[in-house]
Amino acid sequence: MKILVCVKQVPDMESAFRINAEGTWLEERDLAFRMNEYDEYALEQAIRVKEQEGNAPDVTVLSIGPARVGEALKKGLAMGADRGVHIQDDLAYQKDSFQIASVISAFAKDKNYDLIFTGMQSQDRGSAQVGPMMAELLGIACVTTVVGFSLSGDQVTVRRELEGGLKQVVRFKLPGLVTCQLGLNTPRYPTLPNIMKARQKELITFNMADLTKTESLTTTRKMYKAEKKGGGLVLEGSNNDLADKLVALLKEKTSVLR
Amino acid sequence: MKTLLICEQREGKLLDSSYELLAFSGRLGADSVLLLVGSESTLPKFNGKLYLADIQKYGEYNPDVHKRLILEAVRRENPDSIVCLHSAYGWDLAPRLAAALKIAQLSEIVDIVDGQYVLSCFNAKLRRTVVPKTSQAVLTIQAGAFSAGRPTEGLPQIEKLDVAEPSAKLEFAGYETAQKEGLDLTKAEVIVSAGRGVGKKDNLPVIAALAKALGGELGATRPVVDAGWLDHSHQVGTTGQIVHPKLYVACGISGSIQHLAGMKQSDFIVAINKDKDAPIGTVADVLVVADVMQFVPALTARLGK
Repeated sequence: MKILVCVKQVPDMESAFRINAEGTWLEERDLAFRMNEYDEYALEQAIRVKEQEGNAPDVTVLSIGPARVGEALKKGLAMGADRGVHIQDDLAYQKDSFQIASVISAFAKDKNYDLIFTGMQSQDRGSAQVGPMMAELLGIACVTTVVGFSLSGDQVTVRRELEGGLKQVVRFKLPGLVTCQLGLNTPRYPTLPNIMKARQKELITFNMADLTKTESLTTTRKMYKAEKKGGGLVLEGSNNDLADKLVALLKEKTSVLR
Repeated sequence: MKTLLICEQREGKLLDSSYELLAFSGRLGADSVLLLVGSESTLPKFNGKLYLADIQKYGEYNPDVHKRLILEAVRRENPDSIVCLHSAYGWDLAPRLAAALKIAQLSEIVDIVDGQYVLSCFNAKLRRTVVPKTSQAVLTIQAGAFSAGRPTEGLPQIEKLDVAEPSAKLEFAGYETAQKEGLDLTKAEVIVSAGRGVGKKDNLPVIAALAKALGGELGATRPVVDAGWLDHSHQVGTTGQIVHPKLYVACGISGSIQHLAGMKQSDFIVAINKDKDAPIGTVADVLVVADVMQFVPALTARLGK
């Protein structure tokens, strides 16, 4: 059995974001990067399938981007993947979802993966497109927003999350792609021995341009900070003063304090 | 301009989101054509054409086949945009359509400014203006961003939609509901919610004490529930409960899109957060910039006087 896990490196969401000179992306120098949170669940599920199947499945972890994404691949290898694939592209941030889906599909199409795991969306752009687009391009089954996963023989049963706490139970036969929602499992922390072992594992690099020359289908004109709703009051000061001010406001503006 | 709007139904009921699609199409000044995999008993109120595919035949969650039905309607109508709600149904279906048609997809549109689509990104902290490079595009719109108003009147003219061989790669085996433990936040007048900023489970009694002092209920964000600090019946947001109390107090909640969508209709919103730029500030009436674990006890003490 062969498994592919696609991971993305994203800016730490707690960072102070500054827009770059072109006004279309962030000033990356200021930022710390980490693995997209959803992708940690995807990796964990792939490793669990590997363990369940007596370690027989072969797990490849793939990422696209500049040299820094090597860190995300190392983490994937330390969590238990067998090999890393780095598709090098310094301008990956300019690529749209269709280009990313196209390049991964081009890489995957002759590899016959039985299972492909991705995050349900990225924390940065959050478009939730790449996984289902890849499945469409590869012509395989796809279930998104998965919060439960089980494999028995070649039969996969998943639970996908809907609005309002409702879940759908969906089944498919391998091969297939699932996009993983937060809470699917508890992603493990790499242990020191596994971090050491990961250094011996295979890391393959490709150039983006050698795999695909697909053009983007969208253009980002501008990126900017979300504006605050008008009238929102910002209170600062000592805790006791703040409590007095807030209680006064609640008495004035709401009917909940008598 | 023409839009093909993909309506949604679940367990024999039309979802109100269908009217948000119409509101969005109205903002564009476009002619709307509707599509629903449903039945004649679940039709939206609408004066115009609606493509209806039989839910008995094509199933409720069957994206491979729903995709083919939509592609057939696209072939007949040649719309400029195919529009879904950015919901579990829409974000699942839209990329399949975009990839099949090799056309642009824009996800989670929150606004239209100067004729250009504005998308939310970076956990609602940032916005992007994005334009499709293809003449046709697939769009998903954020729930609640284009408010529905009152449903329009009328009965659609139905055009039946069918595809040959509705074979599917997926088998939908039914629904599972979350176990309810009796906490109905939708009826609460005051909700005090805890987010990851509260720090740890042991700190929750401090937040619960404030809820009690205000005569309200304890709510939570998804990460707090996922971490097992509280059960799912406390969760506020698109995958929890959609609430509209008289007062909503967000404690240590940065404000993910999904959480904001679940509470932004509250009459009065107080956010307590160290980060002045947290997205919760975009919906809060009052943002108290403070350490939640220090400020909340001070507030509770003040209310007790």
